[in-house]
Parts: sequence; structure tokens; C-alpha cells
Amino acid sequence: MHAVEKIFARHSGRREVSAGEIVTARVDFAEINDLYLQTIYSFYEMGGEKVWDREKCAFVFDHYAPTPDVRSAGNHRQMREFARKNQLKYHFDTNCGVCHQVMPEAGLIRPGMIVVATDSHTTTHGAFGAVGTGCGATDMAAVLMTGEMWFRVPEVIEVRLEGETKKGVYPKDVILAVLGKIRADGAVYKAIDFTGSYVEGLNVAGRMVICNMAVEMGAKTAYMQPNQEVLSYVNARCSCPYEVETTDPGYVYGERYLFDVSALEPQLACPSSVENVRPLPEVAAEKEVRVDQGYIGSCTGGREEDLAAAAAILKGKHIPPYTRLVVVPASREVMLAAMEKGYLKDLMEAGATVATPGCGACLGAHEGILAPGEVCISSTNRNFPGRMGSTEAQIYLASPAAVAASILNGRITDPRTCL
Amino acid sequence: MREELEGKVMVVGDNVDTDQIYPGCYLALTDPKEIGKHCLEGVDKAIAGQFPAGGIIVAGRNFGCGSSREHAVIALINMGAAAVLADSFARIFFRNAVNLGLPPVICRGISRRAKPGQTVRLDLKNGTVSILETGEVLPCEPLGDQAVKILEAGGIKPLMRARFGKK
Repeated sequence: MHAVEKIFARHSGRREVSAGEIVTARVDFAEINDLYLQTIYSFYEMGGEKVWDREKCAFVFDHYAPTPDVRSAGNHRQMREFARKNQLKYHFDTNCGVCHQVMPEAGLIRPGMIVVATDSHTTTHGAFGAVGTGCGATDMAAVLMTGEMWFRVPEVIEVRLEGETKKGVYPKDVILAVLGKIRADGAVYKAIDFTGSYVEGLNVAGRMVICNMAVEMGAKTAYMQPNQEVLSYVNARCSCPYEVETTDPGYVYGERYLFDVSALEPQLACPSSVENVRPLPEVAAEKEVRVDQGYIGSCTGGREEDLAAAAAILKGKHIPPYTRLVVVPASREVMLAAMEKGYLKDLMEAGATVATPGCGACLGAHEGILAPGEVCISSTNRNFPGRMGSTEAQIYLASPAAVAASILNGRITDPRTCL
Repeated sequence: MREELEGKVMVVGDNVDTDQIYPGCYLALTDPKEIGKHCLEGVDKAIAGQFPAGGIIVAGRNFGCGSSREHAVIALINMGAAAVLADSFARIFFRNAVNLGLPPVICRGISRRAKPGQTVRLDLKNGTVSILETGEVLPCEPLGDQAVKILEAGGIKPLMRARFGKK
């Protein structure tokens, strides 16, 4: 069996499971973000009274942090009331950050877990050897009532990443290259196991970037065998026991892809699809792509490493007039570290607008919305039409370094020219 | 779940994501009727106002990709959609649709065959889609036992109410 199958088997009281089977599995942690007041409505509509376990579910207020309008404030109020009524042990209010960053930081993500959240990017937790998957509000309400969820055991595909990237090429470039090849629906219903020497040597942040965007290929979940960096990260934050599952030798994957990352160049997902990926230098050489806004943030591109890469490029320089750079640290922990290390100072002195940790403008809620005709280069995960505001705006996705280099020059720029 | 549905068709393309089905700027709304008014605004603002009651959405591949927002399904239902036929679906959208009782039916090739304004008849029991104007009949993939069980109950809410002994 694959490690992912072992996790599903263990959680459904089975010795073995195989792809395609429907199982009812125990959920180790359920997380609800602040877009989904419907979860509470569905919970009561279905006859829910109390959550199944007050220590295994939490709200994270990240999409509207802090609230931009009366409606979202009202939604938060009702969620806080529900959390208080159920005496939820964990609660992450508007001062915390993006759920997929906040949860591991709080020591709530461990290898071998099944984590469900009302957010598609829950695949991020594959970075820790956990099964993380997104669900809708009503599915979540059923989890809150029962502590379990039905799953179709996914087929597992292997994405083997070999080699070391060159300077100026980041995990974001690697996952964009993979996406360009596998496409936006290449892994629908499947689990993606990222393997290979590149993954084995990758730090926690880089692993999270790659697993985060697995959902952009349609994947149900992502998986990476935990390395020492992951175990040290988890052990420093949590004292609970956990089980690291391993894939049996000789396991046969449904499909296999091999990528050599050593020759990879910076990548760019062009408007308006995540699969519209091209080498960045090729696009920059072809035409001048003027940018109005740079955006560094989100559960994909707002970690300490991302802010450090951008600060290294922008330190002592300034973005051009009539452009802006919005920086949204992924969490309070990230923001504090970036403050202590001087990255925020460097970025602010270069002209950046720094906003509260959270999802910000990634999904067009607030803090950096785009007007019709504007062009944004962003370290986030989606460039769908209208994602960050107007459907007539254009979004390019790239690494945080490429965002910094591009906004510095006012046009899409290979970050290697600024290093 | 009705085993036979007939409705006018509205056709959209490949990779229609949930931001296009239900833009992020409306995510704080909670009234289903209000949510329905913004359905598919990211494709065309005029769609929701003109959509025929009981109409059927025909889509290309990977319909509903992107965010897990259940608002997308709530919007489609409250706009008046009776079913979605697509070459393929994104997985969270598929689950959300089943949970709320909107049949998501995989019918490969449908997006190239059905034309806007035509009428299709969906026969869920026999797994076929007929385009009435052309007489063309296409097979659709079985929904799977689990999805059928939930859809037949009218969605996951009646199932859960029964499980917890509520009326």
C-alpha cells in the first residue's frame, strides 16, 4: 500500500484499502475558515447540537482579517458565538493569519493525520506527511456532527522531482512547471506523491508551496514523505504522539512523471489559467509586460522565506511611481520574524504596503483589489478571471523573487537579473 | 432525485472555476436567493437574470475547479439550474453538488454537441443525455453508489437528519 492508503486504512478501521473504494474515515482535525458561515447553518439544519470533539475543530478567521464590511463582521460574530458555545479549545481570530500556515505553526498538523478544512488549499498539509483535503460547508457540518467523512480512496500518482534548482529558481517555479505539464485537471480525484532528491532536501516552507498548489491540478490530496526538517518542525510545536506512514517497497503508482529541476528557469503562469505556464524569460523577451501591482502573500507565497527573497531584491531600492507592491505575511509568526530580521523594513522602505496577515487580495476580498485593465504579478496560487477583483484585470503568477524584480522594473522581469 | 430531467441548455467552456461561478466579492452573502443572483457573473453578468427555471448547465472539462466554496452550488441551484452536465468536474465541486442535491453528471463530449438554447433530456436511470433538437443521444457516466444514495435522499441534509433522529 501507499502511505496515503495506509492513512485512510488506519482511520477507517481497515487493514487494507485500495483506490476507488469508498471508506468512512475518522477525521483528526476539522478547520473552518471565515467564508463559511453556511457550515453553522447546515450544522443546525441537519440537527446538530454540539460538535463531536471540542479539541479537534477550530475556526480560522483569515479571509476577512480584519473584517472589511458589516456583512463579514456579522458572519464573524456568529462564528465566534458558535465557537464559544461549543467551548472550542482552539480559536484563531483575525490576528493570526492564513489557516494553512497557522495550523502547522500551532502544532495541530502531524504526520499520518487526516485533516479536512473548508478550503481547497488544505492539500498543503501533505508537506507534513498528512492527508489534507478541502471540503464544502455542508460536508464540514457533517464532520462537526460525526467526526468522520466518507472518502473515495484516491489513486496515487508520483511526481518525481530530481536535481537541485539553480540560483533564482524557487519551489514556486518547480510547482508551476509541474502544473504546466500535468494541467489543471490532470490529477482530479487523485493523490499526488511528490518524491525525489529535490523533495528530500527541501525545507518545510518549500514543501508547503508545492503541496499547496497540488489542488490546482485537481488533486484530492498531496503527500511528501516527512524528512528530518519536517519532524524537527513538528516536534518543536507539538508533544502528541504521531505515526509516520511509509509506502511499501514495490508499490505501483497509477501514473508517474519525472522532472529534472536542475535546468529549470523561473516560471510564469500567464492570464487567466493556472495551467497557462511558460518560462518567464521567454515571456519577458517576447514583449514588455507592464505591471501595476506586485502582490506577495497567501498560503502559497507569504512565508518568511518569500519575504526574505523579495527583501533581498528590493533592499535599498524603490518601486517606480504609480506602481504598488502589496505584502501580506502569511501569519503573525511570519510577520514577527520578518520584522525582527528587517525584511519588513526593507520592503516598506522600497515602497511596499504591508497588510495584516491573512488571505488579503488573493481571492479578491480586500487589501489590494485590481481595477479593470490593471496587471498584477502575484506570488499567490490562482489567476482566474476576476480572482483578485475585476474580471478585466490580468494576473500573472510567479515566485516572490520574480514579483519583487518585476515591480522594481515596472515590467515582468527575470529575478536572476536582480540577484 | 428525479430520474428524468428536461431543460434548456446554457453552455460554458473548459475550466470554469468557482471564482467565475461565484465571484469572491460576494462570499460574505448568506441568503441563498441573493447568492443566486450573482451566479456565473465571472463568465457573464447577464446570465443569472436570463437563466430559465429548470435549465441545465452544459460545461467543458474541469467544471467547478478552484475554491471549495459551496456558494457556487447554492448559486446554481438558486439561479434555477436543475443539473450540470460536463465533460468532467473538479472534485470538491462534485461533492458539494451531490451534498446539496444538484446532479453533477459526467457526459463526455457534451460541451461540443449541445448548443445554447437547445433542450436536453437527462435520463439518470439509463445514463443517457438526449439533445431533443438533433435526436442525438450521448451516454453519461454512472454517478456512483454513494452519490446516488445522497442524491436520492435529496442531499446530505435529509440523510443526516435521519441519522440523528430528527424529522
